[in-house]
Amino acid sequence: MTTEATPPAAAPGPGPRALARQRRRRAAAHFWRQYRTHRAGLVGLAVLALFALVALTAPLTVGSDVASVTDAPGRPLQGPSGAFPLGADRYGRNLLGLLVWGSRVSLLVGLLAAVLSVAIGALVGITAGHFRGPWATLLMRVTDWFLVMPTLVLAIALATVMSRSLGTVVLAIGVTSWPTTARLVRAQTLAVESRPYIERAKALGGGHWHVMTRHVLPNVMPLVLAQATLMVSLSILSEATLAFLGLGDPSVVSWGGLLQDAREAGAVSSGDWWYLVPPGLAIAVVALAFTLCGRAVESVLNPRLGVTR
Amino acid sequence: MSTGTGTGPLPIRETVAPATTTPRRTRTTRTTPYLHYVAGKLAGALVSLLAVLITGFFLFRLIPGDPVRTMTGGRPVSAEQLAAYRREFGLDLPLWQQFTDYCGKALTGDLGTSYQFRTPVLDKITEALPNTLLLTGTAFVLYTALGLTLGTRSAWRHGRLGDRLHTGLALTLYSVPSFWLGLLLVIVFSVGAGPVPGLFPTGGMEDAGTEGFAHVVDVAHHLVLPVLTLVAVEYGQTLLVTRSALLDEMGSDYLTTARAKGLRDDAVRRRHAVPNALLPTVTLIFVNLGRTVAGVILVETVFSWPGLGGLFYQALSVPDLPLVQGLFLFFASAVIVMNTLADLVYPLLDPRVGR
Repeated sequence: MTTEATPPAAAPGPGPRALARQRRRRAAAHFWRQYRTHRAGLVGLAVLALFALVALTAPLTVGSDVASVTDAPGRPLQGPSGAFPLGADRYGRNLLGLLVWGSRVSLLVGLLAAVLSVAIGALVGITAGHFRGPWATLLMRVTDWFLVMPTLVLAIALATVMSRSLGTVVLAIGVTSWPTTARLVRAQTLAVESRPYIERAKALGGGHWHVMTRHVLPNVMPLVLAQATLMVSLSILSEATLAFLGLGDPSVVSWGGLLQDAREAGAVSSGDWWYLVPPGLAIAVVALAFTLCGRAVESVLNPRLGVTR
Repeated sequence: MSTGTGTGPLPIRETVAPATTTPRRTRTTRTTPYLHYVAGKLAGALVSLLAVLITGFFLFRLIPGDPVRTMTGGRPVSAEQLAAYRREFGLDLPLWQQFTDYCGKALTGDLGTSYQFRTPVLDKITEALPNTLLLTGTAFVLYTALGLTLGTRSAWRHGRLGDRLHTGLALTLYSVPSFWLGLLLVIVFSVGAGPVPGLFPTGGMEDAGTEGFAHVVDVAHHLVLPVLTLVAVEYGQTLLVTRSALLDEMGSDYLTTARAKGLRDDAVRRRHAVPNALLPTVTLIFVNLGRTVAGVILVETVFSWPGLGGLFYQALSVPDLPLVQGLFLFFASAVIVMNTLADLVYPLLDPRVGR
């Protein structure tokens, strides 16, 4: 960072740190100007802001009581009505409240799993791109192997043998979904490392750690962020899937768990669409919003992809 | 959602050849390069299968927690029963001996005995396999064809209304949980919603007591909704991959040349652009087979289809560890074998590969 932006030694004025800050602010403003032209990306962002607001204010609006099975306010499987706009679930709990409360777990698990997955991917990608030689080749072989693996089967197997908890779900999704990120990051690392300033940094005595963290990482970061946005949508879907298969934490309310409840309560054969539609719709809308944002970020960074606006 | 062939985004001009998943070129030698290519691919596949075998072992052994405890699921079991289960699954032996036993058995096709059904795991798998092949095969052909056709059209007229509609729909369906879509289809078309009567069966593969042609029609009738669900959630991926592969090709000089020669637009597309865009697409279709496996598990669960995915669900809800392990080995190996087969076919599709 500092090596890139060293000003002429004699020149008075802002120091290297201030310069770097300025440059970053300019880059961010430039990025936002381009992002604004992607209508789908803006819609996605707005939807996400709405869901984030709902999830963050859930303790104030519905409170954790909504998930309590013991003193549920409504009749089991009660259809939509004035007091219960989305009906009541099989224990008589308010479905709208559950939907709002469930957003917390679904979003949290989705975000954490995506962060874990992208972190592993970035680490593997940068390592494999920076160190050449047999070990890097081996690392990429492992990545390819994971890439081809049916990741859900792997995640299910992991979640089956481990205890039922949110941590397990995050881990199961995170450790199975990183290979795509690793591949992208490695390609980018190779591109960065072929630039002359890396050679300069090495000639000045910069070690592996210095080059990887100070030069490669900042340049790979935008790609990693775009990838993370896309991964969140996949993670939310995976979380819902695991919960639907009964592998989630049974003590917390999540959208996937609500769908599993609905199926077990026989909502399908009795045609109780109002029980099934809202949780699935919420999953789909959030996943789509993250995908739209991720694609918009991606196409700002790489206009060649030709994503429609 | 992988951008596969994309070079690194970022304001960086120089790009190194992107590491794509396309087959690596093997060294050119004097004799029959294709054979060398095949040998390399087969060796790679063998190593991958070995890795699956090892993962299958350690996944179900070294994870914290006692497999027998997991399997009995907290039910009150006496110490003798636990010891008996340990002996049955060979868990009382030292780890290395368990491993050699496991490898020896797995290689001879003995995947252990299902805890739940008390029959060999392999028998359960061979029993369910044809049903899964029927469902997956039908869906695979349909969604690949649909994705390729629509993706090509979208890329060729990119930015137009049709492209935006198709991409938008594909992205939306891609974000929809497959099991939820399946459940909705059951409610609308099987249970019947409003004016729509129950048109299709809610689940299963056949009704009892049909024979001959009537049986075929019956199975086809049961097949409609599961296939529809699978196609809907999977075709988007193919569409987007095809579209971006073709967009990558569209700036190429040879297309300008082809147009300059006076070829019709249609011919430029079919004879020049599409064949070149096809290779990365086909690669990614096969790499994404793992995702299809996930879709199959969910769709079979929702529609009670008597296949491998439904079996997997039954196994993991017990949990029946030998069966989960056996199915894990099977799914992973199947995906590797399919990918290897695809690798072996590439040189015939594209002469640039495998020289």
